Parts: sequence; C-alpha cells; structure tokens
Amino acid sequence: MSDPGLRRGYVSADRTAASHLAFIPAFYYVIRIMLSFEDTGIILSLRPHGENGGVVTLLTRAHGRAAGYVYGISSSRLRGTLEIGNVVSASWQAKSHDQLGTYTLELDESHTADVLSDPVRLTALQSACVLADKTLPERESHPGVFEGMRALLASFATDVWPAAYIYWEIGLLKELGFGLDLTRCVATGTNENLIYVSPRSGCAVSAGAGEEYKDRLLHLPPFLRGEARFENEDILHGLQLTGHFLLHRVFSLANTNLPEPRLRLEEKYGRLVKA
Amino acid sequence: MIGTEIEHLIKLLSRLPGLGPRSARRVALHLLKNRESLMLPLAQGLARAADVIEECPSCHNLDTVKPCSVCANPSRDATQICVVEDISDLWAIEKTGSFKGYYHVLGGTLSALDGIGPEDLSIPHLVRRAKEGAVREVIVALNATIDGQTTAHYIADCLQACNIAVTQLAHGVPIGGQIDYLDDGTLATALKSRKAV
Repeated sequence: MSDPGLRRGYVSADRTAASHLAFIPAFYYVIRIMLSFEDTGIILSLRPHGENGGVVTLLTRAHGRAAGYVYGISSSRLRGTLEIGNVVSASWQAKSHDQLGTYTLELDESHTADVLSDPVRLTALQSACVLADKTLPERESHPGVFEGMRALLASFATDVWPAAYIYWEIGLLKELGFGLDLTRCVATGTNENLIYVSPRSGCAVSAGAGEEYKDRLLHLPPFLRGEARFENEDILHGLQLTGHFLLHRVFSLANTNLPEPRLRLEEKYGRLVKA
Repeated sequence: MIGTEIEHLIKLLSRLPGLGPRSARRVALHLLKNRESLMLPLAQGLARAADVIEECPSCHNLDTVKPCSVCANPSRDATQICVVEDISDLWAIEKTGSFKGYYHVLGGTLSALDGIGPEDLSIPHLVRRAKEGAVREVIVALNATIDGQTTAHYIADCLQACNIAVTQLAHGVPIGGQIDYLDDGTLATALKSRKAV
C-alpha cells in the first residue's frame, strides 16, 4: 500500500494494477473481477448491522450466494426493496476479494404482494430462501438453482406454485450432489407404475417391487411422474420426499434439523390434508 | 487530554442511537457547558424515569403506573385488542386517536433467521388475554414485511380456536401518495385490496 493511489478505491487500484502489471493481462483481469461485479440477485436474507446498515445475502446468477453490506436499510428508497424473494440488480464492490464488500441494490421484481396475504405461499417463500441460504456454498455459481428459484418466484402468482416448489427442491438436491432418479424402478428397471422412492438410494420403485417394503418407502406423487394435476396430499408426499433427503443428506451432515420455515410448510400441508 | 469521567460519559453517550463517538463528544461538551440548566435536570430525569417507569403486566406498554394508563382506562372498548410490534407503534396509533380499544405489545416479530420464536414474544400471553376477556376482535397492526405478516398469520392460527375475529391493517396507497412514486409491491397489494368507490 505504498502507492497512495491504491487507497483511493477500486478504480484507482485497477489503474495502478494496470500500470504495474500490464505485462500480465490475466492477473489484471482477475483483480478487476475480485473487486467488483454487477449481477442479478434474489434476496435470501437480511441481517441488520449497526444503526443504519445491514448484511444482505443474495443468490446471484453468475456469482452464486454472495453477501454484502448495504447502507441505509431503513431508508424510504430501500424500504420496499429489501424483502426476501425480491429480484434486484446488484452492484458489489470491495477492496479485496476476502472482504465482505458493499452492495448497491435496485429493485427489478417484487414478489412480496403475491405472498403476503397467503400464509402457505409466505412460508414456502421463506423456506426456499432459507434453504438456499443455508445449503449453497458462498461465492460459487449455481445458475440452475438461480433460474429455478426465479421460476418458482414467478409461479407464486399462479396456482401451480406447490409443484414448482417441489421441483425446485429436487433441483437443489441435484445441485448439491444428491440427485434423485425418478425415471425408472431401481429393482426391476421398469418405468411403469412407479409409486415409491427408496429412502436410501433416492431411486424410484415400482408398485410391484415395493409392495413388500411399502411401509419403509417414500411416496412418489403422480405429478413428479409427469401428470399435470395434483392434490394437497401429493404436495405433502412431495415435501416428505424432498424433506427426507434434505435432512439425511444435507442438514444431518451439520448436525442440524431442517430450517424452521421448511418444517412449518410441511406441517401446514399436513393440516390441509387432514382438513 | 480528556479526564476519565468525561471519557466515560462520552462512551455512554456514544451508545445511544444516532450518536457516534464524535457527536457524543459534542453532546458531552454541550452538557458540561450547561451543567445547571441541562445536565443536572437531565441526570435527575433519567434517574427518576429509570426508577418509576415499568412494563405493564397486561399489554407490555411502558408507564409509571401499573397497569398502564391505557389498560386502566375503563372507557376504552374492551372488545378490541390491537396487536403491535413495539411500543413506538402503540404511540403512533394512539396519536391518531382513531382506536379506542386496548393494546398488546409483542416485543418483536417471528424470525427464522434470527431464531426468534413464539416463546420469545408475548404471543402466549395474547392468547390468554383473548380467551379470558370480553374480546371479540384482535386487530393485527404489524409491519407489511415478510416477518410482520408471518407473525400476523401465526397469531391468526393461534386465535382460530377462540372464536374471535382476527383482522389486520390494510396495505396500499398512503394518504397523499402519488401512484407514480409507489414501489411495485405496494402498488400490486393496493390493486389486490381495491374496494368499490
């Protein structure tokens, strides 16, 4: 830091780097990438920090889950923006890649109005955000999860959102390395009459092959086999299916239970089925 | 050089909301310059307030009397309870003069990320109050945020078995607000909750 230009922020740092390291263009490029980025992100969490600021975690398209400090979280400009599930244009800056950095955010899409009045949709939104926040590694790109979550957020304005939610959790499991094979029976190889899933392998099981073990197998809801219609019971089975693998393959590794909103979502569907 | 006592005073003042070390230093100097007219009355006022102000066991408001002046007022409507997040919200609603029922201060909202559950708030106490009294309506006046509305839905769930109407404040265009300047979420919610003219 002997050069005073380095203290003046990232633009100056770039220029200095350009003058000293012009003979290594690749290194210059890395420095630029580490110091700032602009991306589209979904707000996963907001933690107030100090009097006027907060640490916001975004799921960005190209930079994965990335946190940053936001100034003035209670200002009138940001009041409607900083809600989980909102899609924002984010500009992140830091002096070095290992710092928290600061975000400048601008609202692109708000999904708050679609979920505020419906307790089940609201719980599903919280569940999706907290699952992405707790399971995805930091600053590692997962464009599939990002695009899936964007589609899920858009689906909250429609009636097919419960199925979209289950598909998103299956996609999240796959991205984390625990993909489910629901296309053919693990015992017989058939792709017909698949109604169970093995809790060990995560593969589908046909009605005939699973008859003997049906008490220990998970239900495979018909909409996951391509059927268009679904009932509340199917969604409950879907939640139990993905919940089992999220708990045993992801959260149990950290000795924790499923996040509270995810438990509440399953409980709400349990009550809807009983009613 | 700043003496230890002044340093201590600055440190205490800088812990107040809105004050950093520099502004705390300015406040400390201002107090010391106006010792008789400001500093001593302020110190006495603070000591007295700390001594006599207590939390109301019924609604969790702060007042010098127990129960608080709102709960002790027999002319208020005992069939309505307005649930607010914080005492500042109670003061804001009370300032409008448009609500004549009783209040219940939760002391926060449910938050999965911050680990705030129903037992950390005064929700069980609210359910007991609603069951015991002549309450017919609980008005949930919580913030129009994800956490605020999650809490509102949770309260509605808890009071479902009590045969009490649970209502909440409307969301939409503020008085004097211009549609052009409203954010998407507020505008969409206002459209959803439109009513006949």
